[in-house]
Amino acid sequence: MATTATTATTQEATTQEAQTPVTSAVQDSPVPTRRHDLLRLATAGSVDDGKSTLVGRLLYDTKSVLADQLDAVERVSRERGLDAADLALLTDGLRAEREQGITIDVAYRYFSTATRSYVLADTPGHVQYTRNMVTGASTAELALILIDARHGVVEQTRRHLAVTGLLGVRHVAVAVNKMDLVDWSQQRFDEIVAEFARHATRFGIEDVAAVPVSALFGDNVVDRSDRAGWYTGPTLLEHLESVPVGTDPSAQPLRMPVQYVIRPQSADHPDYRGYAGRLASGVVRPGDVVTVLPGGGRTTVAGIDRARADGSLEALEVAFAPQSVVLRLSDDIDVSRGDLIASADEPSLSTRSVAGTVAVLSERPLRQRDRVLLRVGTRTVRALVDDIVDQLDIATMEHRAAPDGLALNAIGRVRLRLADDVAIDDYRALRRTGAFLLIDEADGSTLAAGMADAPDRNAGEGI
Amino acid sequence: MTTTHAPDALPAQYTLDHLDHLESEAIHIFREVAGEFERPVILFSGGKDSVVMVHLALKAFAPAALPFALLHVDTGHNFPEVLDYRDATVERLGVRLVVAHVQDYIDDGRLRERPDGTRNPLQTVPLLDAIEAGKFDAVFGGGRRDEEKARAKERVFSLRDSFGAWDPRRQRPELWDLYNGKHAPGEHVRVFPLSNWTELDVWRYIEREGIALPDLYYAHEREVFARDGMWLSAGEWGGPKETETVETRQVRYRTVGDMSCTGAVDSEATDVAGVILELAASRLTERGATRADDRMSEAAMEDRKKQGYF
Repeated sequence: MATTATTATTQEATTQEAQTPVTSAVQDSPVPTRRHDLLRLATAGSVDDGKSTLVGRLLYDTKSVLADQLDAVERVSRERGLDAADLALLTDGLRAEREQGITIDVAYRYFSTATRSYVLADTPGHVQYTRNMVTGASTAELALILIDARHGVVEQTRRHLAVTGLLGVRHVAVAVNKMDLVDWSQQRFDEIVAEFARHATRFGIEDVAAVPVSALFGDNVVDRSDRAGWYTGPTLLEHLESVPVGTDPSAQPLRMPVQYVIRPQSADHPDYRGYAGRLASGVVRPGDVVTVLPGGGRTTVAGIDRARADGSLEALEVAFAPQSVVLRLSDDIDVSRGDLIASADEPSLSTRSVAGTVAVLSERPLRQRDRVLLRVGTRTVRALVDDIVDQLDIATMEHRAAPDGLALNAIGRVRLRLADDVAIDDYRALRRTGAFLLIDEADGSTLAAGMADAPDRNAGEGI
Repeated sequence: MTTTHAPDALPAQYTLDHLDHLESEAIHIFREVAGEFERPVILFSGGKDSVVMVHLALKAFAPAALPFALLHVDTGHNFPEVLDYRDATVERLGVRLVVAHVQDYIDDGRLRERPDGTRNPLQTVPLLDAIEAGKFDAVFGGGRRDEEKARAKERVFSLRDSFGAWDPRRQRPELWDLYNGKHAPGEHVRVFPLSNWTELDVWRYIEREGIALPDLYYAHEREVFARDGMWLSAGEWGGPKETETVETRQVRYRTVGDMSCTGAVDSEATDVAGVILELAASRLTERGATRADDRMSEAAMEDRKKQGYF
């Protein structure tokens, strides 16, 4: 949003590029093409902003809703005395949600066009369900935030932006909804977008796009509306089609948490020993020097294996995030589940002290001196909550003291002391290896989601 | 308009298409379970989703053997072709197969045949007994979130209590790819590696990998009769009734569950490519077209899942 005033030329180019595949995608049958990428997005909106309707509209207008689903929606809508099919019924899947007319829990939806498959995390907007938004945003590359054109940016919008910024979601699309109720006023739209942009900048979000829509009537969601002649940008779907996906793996250091040691001990493979995992970031090639953390042993990559469909092994010249592969190492060093194979040039830090921001997901509050488990990558260690540094008021972005700990849905900063070393990264730089969970040792429930600060290289001893 | 894209389109040599993404994610899930649990098992029916699951699991551990047993709940109304396929697969892979028979439960009076003849809902008790008897702590299912609204809410790791029950209000939040498999003794976790796949993705993957399926999935001549807007297969399970006429049609199956409630669809698709084209043009969902038991009520799936069904 730094450059709000994009030139007219750029806008037109973007629109036209995006428009061609979208139009054909929706008119033709949605058989994916060979090269077909994946965009994960999360929705966020306040109650009654029309989020379920927007998601329903996106599914419906991309022809992702089939006749029997629509029949069911029409039948229920009629039973409830509604004039038209309530598209929100497509997404509210649980009994309690239908009874209360609200979305309780994050749900995942799928739709695709000729060029792209979408996984949409549909997250509820209630304040008390902040944890669900955190959940949805954790895997999202794009946040789709709804604003009711009549109400503009409200406290919930700032909350959504704060969570989006904290979780490191790079792209934000704003759907200014119910534009029909403000007579498609350009002035109103511009006001909302300007205020939104100010907040987005504060939360460190750089890429923002805004689209005026009416989810109820389908204006500018998939199909272009002629009711806002002043708007020359892309429809919402056209925008989603044009957002770049993924992170360039070659721009990040190698990280691969070891999941499982593969030792067939069979006649065909008597001495095979491979380390299975999914690359969290970076690129790896045979011959690369790596370090195995937290121990710190150095070795080189002897080979990269991936199974073919017939069960034979394919030796890869290169592997990159987020591929699942098996690495063989040159030296017979001790490597097991919970270890991290990292670039020797730019390793993660091994530490017994982690500081970071947590979002509390559980009814059980997080308090100072709590003993918990910390999970990062494939490693789980015992941890002590050394300090609840503060709580973040995400409406005002002010930090305040939290003497009673952090309750459900609270976001705050903590310091943890660990019983053993873990290898961890700065979440802002490396999302996968900077993310952690805090787990209740007694019942196994997930207490909090965490995002590590840059690790402290002068940290003290563990518990 | 205020679009400002970061100039970060990926270098072509480092891009993955969506099937690669889905495969990598599923393999990651299989390995997490192998690393965290003592006795995992894969639910295997010979249906396309479970066949794809086993294929992915093999890839996850190659060149080592599959570290899991397979579990099948046989309703007694299965298609004979599918049972043959199941047995041939087990033989080929040299894995252990555990079978729980609904018929045994009916024979000794623990379960009663339903008036409508369908046995799908009767699977839950034999399934839970088999999980308990086998001391299985993680059970892989082929469920996909695109199948049904209640499934759309399901986690990849879904904790079940000792009654196998799912409580949608008490699900663990699932963030990044950090799956929390902690559970108390007696509880187990249902794991869904195909959560993010759609029916079309499954078929595209079957095409790409050259995976063999039971012939039932491709168009063939079959004696069928109409009931509740579906083509049901004539068989020994209680169909057709006297008022229902049998005719020979060219059909295929989109799912291969219990014969009494799994319908066939008219089809010209004799191979994978044909199926993909047909699916892309279809106006009906997999379950809407072929599963009678999901039509029972708006919350049929949610209610059964709460009772321990997959």
